[in-house]
Amino acid sequence: MQFLSYLINGISLGSVYALIALGYTMVYGIAKMLNFAHGDVIMIGSYVIFFAFGSFGLNPILSIVLSMVVCTILGVTLERVAYRPLREAPSLAVLITAIGVSYLLQQVAQLLWTSSPKSFQSVVGLAPISLFNGELTISGETIVTIVACVVIMVGLIWFVNHTPAGHAMLAVSEDRGAAQLMGVNVNATISLTFAIGSALAAVAGALLCSSYPTLQPTTGAMPGIKAFVAAVFGGIGSIPGAFLGGILLGIIENLSKAYISTQLSDAIVFLVLIIVLLVKPTGLLGKKVNVKV
Amino acid sequence: MGEMLSVKNINVYYGSIHAIKDVSFHVDEGEIVTLIGANGAGKTTTMHAISGLLKLKSGEIDYCGQIISKMEAHKIIRLGLAQVPEGRRVFSGLTVQQNLQMGAYTRRDGKEAIANDFDMVYELLPRLKERRSQPAGTLSGGEQQMLAIGRALMCKPKMLLLDEPSMGLSPLLVKEIFKIIRDVNRNGVTVLLVEQNAKMALDIANRAYVLETGTIKMEGEATELANNIEVRKAYLGC
Repeated sequence: MQFLSYLINGISLGSVYALIALGYTMVYGIAKMLNFAHGDVIMIGSYVIFFAFGSFGLNPILSIVLSMVVCTILGVTLERVAYRPLREAPSLAVLITAIGVSYLLQQVAQLLWTSSPKSFQSVVGLAPISLFNGELTISGETIVTIVACVVIMVGLIWFVNHTPAGHAMLAVSEDRGAAQLMGVNVNATISLTFAIGSALAAVAGALLCSSYPTLQPTTGAMPGIKAFVAAVFGGIGSIPGAFLGGILLGIIENLSKAYISTQLSDAIVFLVLIIVLLVKPTGLLGKKVNVKV
Repeated sequence: MGEMLSVKNINVYYGSIHAIKDVSFHVDEGEIVTLIGANGAGKTTTMHAISGLLKLKSGEIDYCGQIISKMEAHKIIRLGLAQVPEGRRVFSGLTVQQNLQMGAYTRRDGKEAIANDFDMVYELLPRLKERRSQPAGTLSGGEQQMLAIGRALMCKPKMLLLDEPSMGLSPLLVKEIFKIIRDVNRNGVTVLLVEQNAKMALDIANRAYVLETGTIKMEGEATELANNIEVRKAYLGC
């Protein structure tokens, strides 16, 4: 029973990683860049909810929607101001810029809200459920997180495969030039990708901080890095890969915390990544890029 | 028949390389015009300049009475100027059907009109119909070329730019592709064809231009150029 509880909590944590990883993987697939500021967008989103819901008592759903709007605007603006001018620049320049943006967001948050941790009030109102005569208790946050992740995942895959905007995203991710020749507006498609990724980051932030209720300017950094690992683990650029990578990472982290060592759990997570990349360099579901002339 | 596309004194740079030097040519409505030349002559650069993937340093490109040289690539295709790019560049992860659907991305004239064009394309290229639900990456080179042409036709172009459609194909397939190009032209689509295979290109074209190291060296009726001593020596190998 203990094991089942660890496993379910791992899946829940993994769901959060998966939601964040979606932002990494979609932006990488379509804009061919690693947006290292993604984790910090989550942090900003969580502060929005902290103030809207915690301080002003706004309805929790409305708070999340507000946070999604703020994060979407933030994500699209960052892309427009910081990344778009570097569209033709070497990828190293873009990467360094993204790290710079990440620090910028953290520092701005520190200026605005100080570095002292805030206690985040859970946005989930669902009561925990008890199974097997009380031997297994699953918290409301855990259930909501897993359900939200699955719903978003299914919705996103449907969107990408069945709407013109989704097809445009697939086309841009395969061949930007050819997509332009089809009439796809590449800049608009990249903006849309950032918008979706950032909105998901807001949801991930709400769920993350509801389960782990300490909020400070560096809150997004570690989950951001782990979600990046999850995206690479699952095969960066692949949406189901982000999902699978996230969930597995959450499970591995939680189980190693439970059975091996709390301190070593992060090291184990990264060790698994290294092993996967050694065995399968494109990640679990990553596509091998075939160049055919 | 009026002038459809007119390229006026364009200069294009790749970084510091002056790839296209003061090139001018025109294509009239209904024609097949070919641009022949060796590797590195600047043929693909010219194509990319027309379709908006590359920006001009100077000069102007007009299409149907509109200046398109300052327009973005995704807007140019909305004017009915489609390109079949060099190396086909089909979306290999998408199915044949989805690739064709991508070709119709800009169209807003209703599902029925698009369905009609699916039928038209499948009739013109029956092999694509057999493979409609296969990922494009699993097609042979010839089939991918057909798909690239079909995809371009799905936007209902008035003019088609074809960049090296014969590249990497067996002689038999080259013949088939050129027959398709002629059929497309007979259906009222103006064609600008860039080719290294000068013999085949001159065979189906009305007029031709010879491009050498970024400049137009010769121009004239296709039959005329095909009999020209210099062209025969340099491009036809006889």
